[in-house]
Amino acid sequence: MAETRKMTLGIQDVEDLAPDDDPMPTEPMTLNMGPSHPAMHGTVRIILTVEGETVKDADVQVGYLHRCFEKEAEHATYTQVFPYTDRLNYVSPMLNNVGYALAVEKLLGVAERVPERAQYIRVIVGELSRIADHLTCMSAGAMELGAMTIYFWGIKAREWIWELLEELSGARMTHSYVRVGGLAYDLTPDFIPKVKALFPKIFAVLKDIQDSLWENRIFRDRMDGTGVITQEKALSYGWTGPCLRSTGIDYDVRKAHPYLVYDRFDFDVPVGSKGDNFDRYIVRMDEARQSIRILEQAFAQIPEGPVCLDDPRIILPPKQAVYNSIEGMISHFKIIVDGVKIPPGEVYSYTEGGNGELGWYIVSDGTGRPYKCRVRPPCFIITNALREMIVNRPIADIVPTFDMMNMIGGECDR
Amino acid sequence: MSVEALNRAKELLGAVVVSTHSYRGDDTVIVDGANIRKTLETLKNDPDLAMNFLADLTAVDYFGREPRFEVVYHLRSFKTGARLRVKAQVAEPEDGSNPALDSAIELWHCADWMEREVWDLYGIKFRGHPDLRRILMYEEFVGHPLRKDYPKEKRQPLVRRPPDEV
Repeated sequence: MAETRKMTLGIQDVEDLAPDDDPMPTEPMTLNMGPSHPAMHGTVRIILTVEGETVKDADVQVGYLHRCFEKEAEHATYTQVFPYTDRLNYVSPMLNNVGYALAVEKLLGVAERVPERAQYIRVIVGELSRIADHLTCMSAGAMELGAMTIYFWGIKAREWIWELLEELSGARMTHSYVRVGGLAYDLTPDFIPKVKALFPKIFAVLKDIQDSLWENRIFRDRMDGTGVITQEKALSYGWTGPCLRSTGIDYDVRKAHPYLVYDRFDFDVPVGSKGDNFDRYIVRMDEARQSIRILEQAFAQIPEGPVCLDDPRIILPPKQAVYNSIEGMISHFKIIVDGVKIPPGEVYSYTEGGNGELGWYIVSDGTGRPYKCRVRPPCFIITNALREMIVNRPIADIVPTFDMMNMIGGECDR
Repeated sequence: MSVEALNRAKELLGAVVVSTHSYRGDDTVIVDGANIRKTLETLKNDPDLAMNFLADLTAVDYFGREPRFEVVYHLRSFKTGARLRVKAQVAEPEDGSNPALDSAIELWHCADWMEREVWDLYGIKFRGHPDLRRILMYEEFVGHPLRKDYPKEKRQPLVRRPPDEV
């Protein structure tokens, strides 16, 4: 028997590693996971120290997608930053667009004067993006636990939304649709009926996902009771968004500090109770439904009118004026070259992004370019807690825990 | 944010406060970098203020101004919903070494990565941080890219160097 168990490991001959009834060798082993790993949808690297199946230590390394968003923003005019914001959380670019525009408007002091129609449209495109964001997280999360079909259903539904946003903005993901003081253009004529026609289809997809997973033994075994975090820990780790709400704290920026016209809508903030991965899944599922509720009310309330501020210092003049009058031409030239001049000062503006509080800290020195343009990336701060949540747990728990944090490389690494 | 929170903070902190201001609805307390740990602890532990949530931590490089750096903390109270911005002024030491201030990691876990990011991008050290490594840039990177005197166009290809040169 001993003869057959003789193994060659590297250059050393190891004789008789363990008798048959002994547990696995418990010497710690270092294991590299990522930065490109089939079960991790994001460029993150985890250096694991494992004993058997148990993770004993982990070093989570981010930054593989870093492209110095802040440095680039400091050298761009306020309007030129919009395309960069698209690439932060690229699953819900509209929410980044809206958050950044609100921060610049707060710094300008014109946030109250932005036309109502523009505010409603910002809510509409933002909530559509939020549904797309949650659908991506839910479908990718299920796929990485083996449920490929769920992924196709969810991504199909996300594509319906993105097709509509593409029709609106011209780009499937990098919309750059919002502007300081308003929007690039009004809704297309049949946008609202098309979105309304989508609601039953999205509800059906959500129901299909729920029906397939809620009673699924494999899914529940890996989601229930894994990645548990307490309320105190979650707050100390700076968690926000669906992840914080899974612990039972009902903090949602849309309710706690209403911006745009969110105070006019009737919607609930879904919360979990145990703070485990399954709670985070349910919270996202319910939030997608609540977003549809907000959209229905927004379509009923949206007024007619302009979509941009009436202020030639902020908004580009109409093309008719640019080509036919010297004043229009100069105005266009000044805004494009110098940017929108903002008085010196600093603001911190915060909105509810797909992953939580999307904060913008902008410092102006009086020129048309931000002196400092910091984004508070919710998933960077959430991923900080990953180490503590996977240590002393089985290796298999890493995947659902990481999935339900919804770390988006573009936003985490900026 | 909230003016009541600002007044309460002024009352609590007393002489530690260098100045305060309110702009566009945001309230700011400016303190010296040497007092930051005590300031944050006071604001967090006061039962009325209860600033128990560190929303954001970043720095600004006011190149050419004295003191050169400001480390900016955005706090939120989950008890009252009030928000407060605390700015710590940090001067650059005359010998050209890295400026330093006390870490907030014992107050909030999330200060861990945020402080590593400030160290990485601005070169400000946090005393008491157990693991102050670079986080967004690679280990071999030389300099701190968000400082105003770091040129945007500068390129640094990743070349392996001997460990003592890093």
